[in-house]
Amino acid sequence: MATAKKKLVQWEPTDIKKELLKKYPAKVARKRAKQILINEALENTTPEITANVRTIPGIITMRGCTYAGCKGVIMGPTRDIVNLVHGPIGCSFYAWLTRRNQTDAGVDGENYMPYCFSTDMQDSDIIFGGEKKLAAAIQEVYDLFHPKAITIFATCPVGLIGDDIHTVARTMKEKLGDCNVFAFSCEGYKGVSQSAGHHIANNQVFTHMVGENNEPKEGEYKINLLGEYNIGGDGFEIDRILRKCGITTISTFSGNSTYDQFASAHMADLSCVMCHRSINYVADMMEIKFGIPWIKVNFIGAKSTAKSLRKIAEYFGEQKLIDRVEAVIAEEMPQVEAVRQDVLPRTTGKTAMLFVGGSRAHHYQDLFSEMGMKTLSAGYEFAHRDDYEGRHVIPHLKVDADSRNIEEIEVEADPKRYRPRKTEAELQALAAQGFTFKEYDGILPDMEAGTLVIDDLNQYEAEKLVELMQPDIFCAGIKEKFSIQKLGVPMKQLHSYDSGGPYAGFKGAVNFYREIDRLVNSKVWGYMKAPWQENPELSATYVWE
Amino acid sequence: MLLRHTPKEINERSAVTINPAKTCQPIGAMYAALGIHGCLPHSHGSQGCCAYHRSALTRHYKEPVSAATSSFTEGSSVFGGQANLLQAINNIFTVYNPDVIAVHTTCLSETIGDDLNQIFDKARKEGTVPAGKTLVGASTPSYVGSHVTGFANMVKAMADLAEPTGKKNGKVNVIPGWVEPSDMEEIKRLAKLVGADITLFPDTSGVLNGPLSGEYHMFPQGGVTVAELKGCGDAIGTLALGDWCSADAARLLDTKHKVPCRILDMPYGLKATDRFIDALRIISGTVVPDEVSYERGQLVDLISDMHQYFYHKKVALFGDPDQLISMTEFLVSIDMCPVHIVTGTPGKRFERRIKELTKDSPFPVNVRAKGDLFLLHQWIKNEPVDLLIGNTYGKYIARDEDIPFIRWGFPILDRQGHQYFPTVGYKGGLRFLEKVLNALLDRQDRDAPEEKFELVY
Repeated sequence: MATAKKKLVQWEPTDIKKELLKKYPAKVARKRAKQILINEALENTTPEITANVRTIPGIITMRGCTYAGCKGVIMGPTRDIVNLVHGPIGCSFYAWLTRRNQTDAGVDGENYMPYCFSTDMQDSDIIFGGEKKLAAAIQEVYDLFHPKAITIFATCPVGLIGDDIHTVARTMKEKLGDCNVFAFSCEGYKGVSQSAGHHIANNQVFTHMVGENNEPKEGEYKINLLGEYNIGGDGFEIDRILRKCGITTISTFSGNSTYDQFASAHMADLSCVMCHRSINYVADMMEIKFGIPWIKVNFIGAKSTAKSLRKIAEYFGEQKLIDRVEAVIAEEMPQVEAVRQDVLPRTTGKTAMLFVGGSRAHHYQDLFSEMGMKTLSAGYEFAHRDDYEGRHVIPHLKVDADSRNIEEIEVEADPKRYRPRKTEAELQALAAQGFTFKEYDGILPDMEAGTLVIDDLNQYEAEKLVELMQPDIFCAGIKEKFSIQKLGVPMKQLHSYDSGGPYAGFKGAVNFYREIDRLVNSKVWGYMKAPWQENPELSATYVWE
Repeated sequence: MLLRHTPKEINERSAVTINPAKTCQPIGAMYAALGIHGCLPHSHGSQGCCAYHRSALTRHYKEPVSAATSSFTEGSSVFGGQANLLQAINNIFTVYNPDVIAVHTTCLSETIGDDLNQIFDKARKEGTVPAGKTLVGASTPSYVGSHVTGFANMVKAMADLAEPTGKKNGKVNVIPGWVEPSDMEEIKRLAKLVGADITLFPDTSGVLNGPLSGEYHMFPQGGVTVAELKGCGDAIGTLALGDWCSADAARLLDTKHKVPCRILDMPYGLKATDRFIDALRIISGTVVPDEVSYERGQLVDLISDMHQYFYHKKVALFGDPDQLISMTEFLVSIDMCPVHIVTGTPGKRFERRIKELTKDSPFPVNVRAKGDLFLLHQWIKNEPVDLLIGNTYGKYIARDEDIPFIRWGFPILDRQGHQYFPTVGYKGGLRFLEKVLNALLDRQDRDAPEEKFELVY
């Protein structure tokens, strides 16, 4: 039983780590010790964390699977592609409208988001194979909707029974003629988490869609926004700001996106990466094949938003854009600042913990620090070492046996369409100003010394952390929300935003300040004990006597 | 229009399911296992299933839902998941210390053919199961049946824990089926009024509707205990509420331990509740007190008071077979007209039962087992209705077609109440009809021209 009691001693991080490991069987303790890191500057080295390794069975992980990373995260948000799940009904059902990637159906109105498609495999399909049923399902979908594309997602049993979904896809694509059909081998058991699914999705999107449409695109300062999924309308707010600055978004991977955005992505002159973990593969491949450089951006937090806009403007280097960006920041910031000043007295000095997928546990610390709040501990479900320690560790990463079968595709410069966006001289000039490409420093440098960084946090550790460190707010997902709140600690979902948002950009910052103020200062946390529980002693006299 | 691509014209589909009216087995097993006291459900498969099932249940209840998983990797998928499950059992007992681990499977472990009992034996032999702890296992392949099937399979595994002593204990087993914690609470209350000594299993009341007190208990007070489950074999009889959810477990107790059973409908509405109370009275040899008859009379009173608003209203409903059968009967009994009825769960006898219940309907009735919401929506486009009843996914159809909508069933992701207030029994019937009237009369108020806007209904 966990209870949040009054803190009596100030725990040292080493004590907390010891406390977390105490209960484990020896083997588990050894493994977890490498995934719990005390953030400290060591002599000549940065601390090293173990990440992207298999989950410990029975530990009550927060993680999901490869299919979720592929279908649920990357491919789900595109409105005019029919996502057909090949498997028993569950996988399709659970990914049906449960991620809040909002969508504007646009002028053509083609929008399959509210639909859920499945081949609903039965035992006969497991025994005799499901290829025929899959082909028939593709035909039925085509006859009903005539979509631009039909994508197929493998689930656990598909790989085991040996259904060749790629051949079915190819055959059907030829047969239908005007519909792009391709498949993802994203069986749930592949890799160790959602992360493998991101990679598989990146590969197939790049292979089957990017570069399909060579029509020139109108607009100035053309960018791709990579790794932004429009949860709670985040992407809408970012789009609003970019439009206001005069920046043209060719594609968003993949919030509120369309087939054509993927197909035209190679027409952009810069890729801006929001969620590094899920989309860095595509960012790299677009650079190699088409010569589009990429930069890391962050639109979570007002300051970070301003910084990211300035970075984009600096890249294009035209005074007109630089001035426009400054004007937009100047126009947007006063309202943000007014709300910030309003909440600061009630949020300053409060503490937070963040355990979110593979990106938000880092970005959201910016918002908390804008509110004067400290992050005590953070971590990811499924990030890799580069997301923790920075991309400089990539050459030293070893792919272990569990992830070895995730395909790495070979990409070469496109003989016709490769075009470096900057000359050597321009690149050197940018470098001289301290401008960096392809760089992400990870979460560790942005966290204070002595904070705890924990990979693949589990239920037991979450409870223990809250009990020992008593944060004022704990951020994770739906599976963690209510056990934390039972302890009397406010909990904010940073996957679904608890149905709120947007939290990106300037308006998002305002929403977030207000939301956290509401949550940490809610009256409800004072109601946990009844009067007779607080003072159980019998009163000596009756007042009316 | 949210579902703008759904055409009115119906072409039969043989291969693609669109907008399912069911989900897969393991989530049902997980829900059932949460009705065992001190139990940690365990999903033997890759971890995505477990994450999805916990999330869905948590979104429905706004409560913590703990469950562990074997976290298969590609290696385990090829060589079998025995090592994963053995490690998991050891880790779970060491770290979380439940009284019971209730293991269910997924399409992954079923396809490779892992044998739970053999793995359990190995775990016991290796000494990783502490004294007094229990392992329960149910095979729940996702490519057979639906979440209802998974629930039934886990309940059957619970019944299989029975260890008769040869001496009857005077108790009655009541298997409530997949109903809400609030419904289980209500069934226990009614049984107490009738004076029947019952063992209710599974029982999620006190597990999935708990208080906020500053303490978190992974294993709350509620749930049926293993001792009670062992005692099921000494019961004088079993009442199984719902053929799909509860019959297998009841029949197992009957054939294996000679505990006679009756399969009844789930006690939604007047008549099904009548049959349940009557059966409970007869089997336990008690007298139904006036209090229960009084509650029943209140429900009849409400039906008569408001009958004009129910009369010949067309209803579309979707959900799970046992629930739909009782609800269809209830609607028919107050002269409402269920016209489109869909379940995603297979079973031809569902269609037969619904046809029988609606045979005197003034309107043609569509019914489909293994149907989906895409089909239901098409039926509605061709034959509009006055009311839609179903889980949260119905709100998309309700909005597009502008139909009054009542959330009932699983999952309800966007409203509260199901975990706190029953819809079974006479009291539940009252609450349900209140919902029906609110939906219909709100619509009447919204649409009435000013000169016809009424103060009194």
